[in-house]
Amino acid sequence: MGIHKSTDGGRIRHGKPWWKRWSRDDTELFVLSLPTLLWFLIFTYLPMFGIIIAFKNYRLQPGGHGFIYNLLHSEWAGFGNFKYFFTSNSFTMLLRNTILYNIAFIIISASVAVGGALMLSSMRNKRGSKVYQTMMFLPYFMSWVVVSYFVYALLTPERGYINGIITALGGERIMWYQENKYWPFIIVFLNTWKGMGYGMVIYLASITGIDPSLYEAAVMDGATKAQQARHITLPAIKPVFVMMLILDCGKIFNSDFGLFFQVTGQLPASLYTTASTFDTYIYMAIQSTAPIGQTAAASFFQAICSCGTILLANWVVSKIDNENRII
Amino acid sequence: MAKQDKSGQSLNQIKTSTNIVFNIVFLILAVMCVIPLLFVFSISITDEEAIRQNGYQLIPQALSGAAYEFLWNERLTILRAAFMSVLVTVVGTVISIALNTSMGYVVSRRNFKLKKLYTWLIFIPMVFNGGMLASYVVVSNILGLNNSIWALILPLACSAFSVTICRTFFRTTVPDSIIESAKIDGAGQFRIWSQIVLPISKPVMATIGMFAAFGYWNDWFQASLYIQDTKLQTLQSLLNQMQKNIEYIANNPYGGLSMQEYKLSMPTESVRMAIAIVIIVPIACTYPFFQKYFISGLTIGSVKE
Repeated sequence: MGIHKSTDGGRIRHGKPWWKRWSRDDTELFVLSLPTLLWFLIFTYLPMFGIIIAFKNYRLQPGGHGFIYNLLHSEWAGFGNFKYFFTSNSFTMLLRNTILYNIAFIIISASVAVGGALMLSSMRNKRGSKVYQTMMFLPYFMSWVVVSYFVYALLTPERGYINGIITALGGERIMWYQENKYWPFIIVFLNTWKGMGYGMVIYLASITGIDPSLYEAAVMDGATKAQQARHITLPAIKPVFVMMLILDCGKIFNSDFGLFFQVTGQLPASLYTTASTFDTYIYMAIQSTAPIGQTAAASFFQAICSCGTILLANWVVSKIDNENRII
Repeated sequence: MAKQDKSGQSLNQIKTSTNIVFNIVFLILAVMCVIPLLFVFSISITDEEAIRQNGYQLIPQALSGAAYEFLWNERLTILRAAFMSVLVTVVGTVISIALNTSMGYVVSRRNFKLKKLYTWLIFIPMVFNGGMLASYVVVSNILGLNNSIWALILPLACSAFSVTICRTFFRTTVPDSIIESAKIDGAGQFRIWSQIVLPISKPVMATIGMFAAFGYWNDWFQASLYIQDTKLQTLQSLLNQMQKNIEYIANNPYGGLSMQEYKLSMPTESVRMAIAIVIIVPIACTYPFFQKYFISGLTIGSVKE
């Protein structure tokens, strides 16, 4: 009884500041949220302070202190670490690879997903459509390590299925893991292949939510299938499309690490310039003895760019069509 | 639903020929998605000698259970890895459900005074994060979780995305009146969350739980960063480790290894494919049943307020 009264009281006396209206309910909710709150602070906010590492020449200090002590007592590097990263041979290559792959991914995945969803929704045999969806969803649940085994089975030069077919047809074996000209296509293909079921299902869900009477009215007015798709279906899935687009734009400086690292076979030197992205670069730097400050600079650059692009994409969308912005 | 299908079909049908073309297209796509699994399976049951002579064949020329026999003989390693995978998946999923639903419930309460602050707190990490290196430093240097099972569990335990799914679900499907009447009966928020809200929120728990479970089962990345101790290897990291060793040996022929050691350390191809099958089968058998929860989760997640 008492609890109820206090929340009600809070609502009536609205002029007071929030801490005066704080009720036992709020305390309980705060306690309930505490574990997750701590998780967010430790695993998402604490790393944001990692920015500092990028501005330091991290050195182990004498005396066997912890990481934070060493960090705070290391000298400042200014923008030195960033300068090193921007002027390194890899920088332009990484920037080009990461962005171009992502642009290809966005365009191709979105077209396949929207096109596939339109086709699935208009199929007559609903049961068949369900079976296809389930089968196409399978790759989404495979890890890249497992996918790299699939790819290995297909591409390994001496025994792989594809070279088997090529030699059976009288062709020359291709050393897949050493020829970088094929990999942009392989990578784009695999990305599409893995995400296809997921993308179609999302769009299909918003298509099935459309009021069927709209289509009935359109048919009465003599609209063709293509006109219906253009004037009813596509506008209806636009909000989802725009949201996915903004989120994808936010990821334009990121890459699916497993795709670039595992599937290429731990990124051999022969494929380095074709399949390196910021993520593989940072991962390899973490595993190597590269100074941590330089790695942090690369990592921080990537994070800032991601944040910038997602805000930019959202801003552009808000200018064109304020309804569909996500922030 | 049935009505929609019916009226859609009678009025608005695609031509039979188009329907056939669509079916063929999707049949090809669907087979493309499933067939690599058959490749891998067929390699795993092919005789090693036959592989050496003919390369991989979709239909094995000589069958052999040697790979699975090998796994059985190495069952200590395999079972330990499988046990670790299951342990990480189960513990991780439980923690993940608890963290995500509790926060989701709290931010779904309209009267909560810190609601606005929390909404921002959850939103900001969606847009900005400290990057891979900073997360690595936090987990390994600050929390000191190297070679600990928690390094596999905690970093993946929660996400802004899942919290948002929970919040939307609670707000749209749990009636305020139930919560109000529980309060009148003297229940605290913890009891309301655990004994009233969660029992009627099984769909969202299934969604969050499935995302988490597949995420944990499939994770090899955290393991490759934080786990060096072979006792803590999961199936995925075992597979990853083998791949790494093979690349290493391929790049450094006889790098400090005698031919004998080399042979011993290299599991045969069929064995590696067999391990991949051990990982895939549980997923391939379960995901069709949980697919609907994924879809509902994805669609709830893409609804904005």
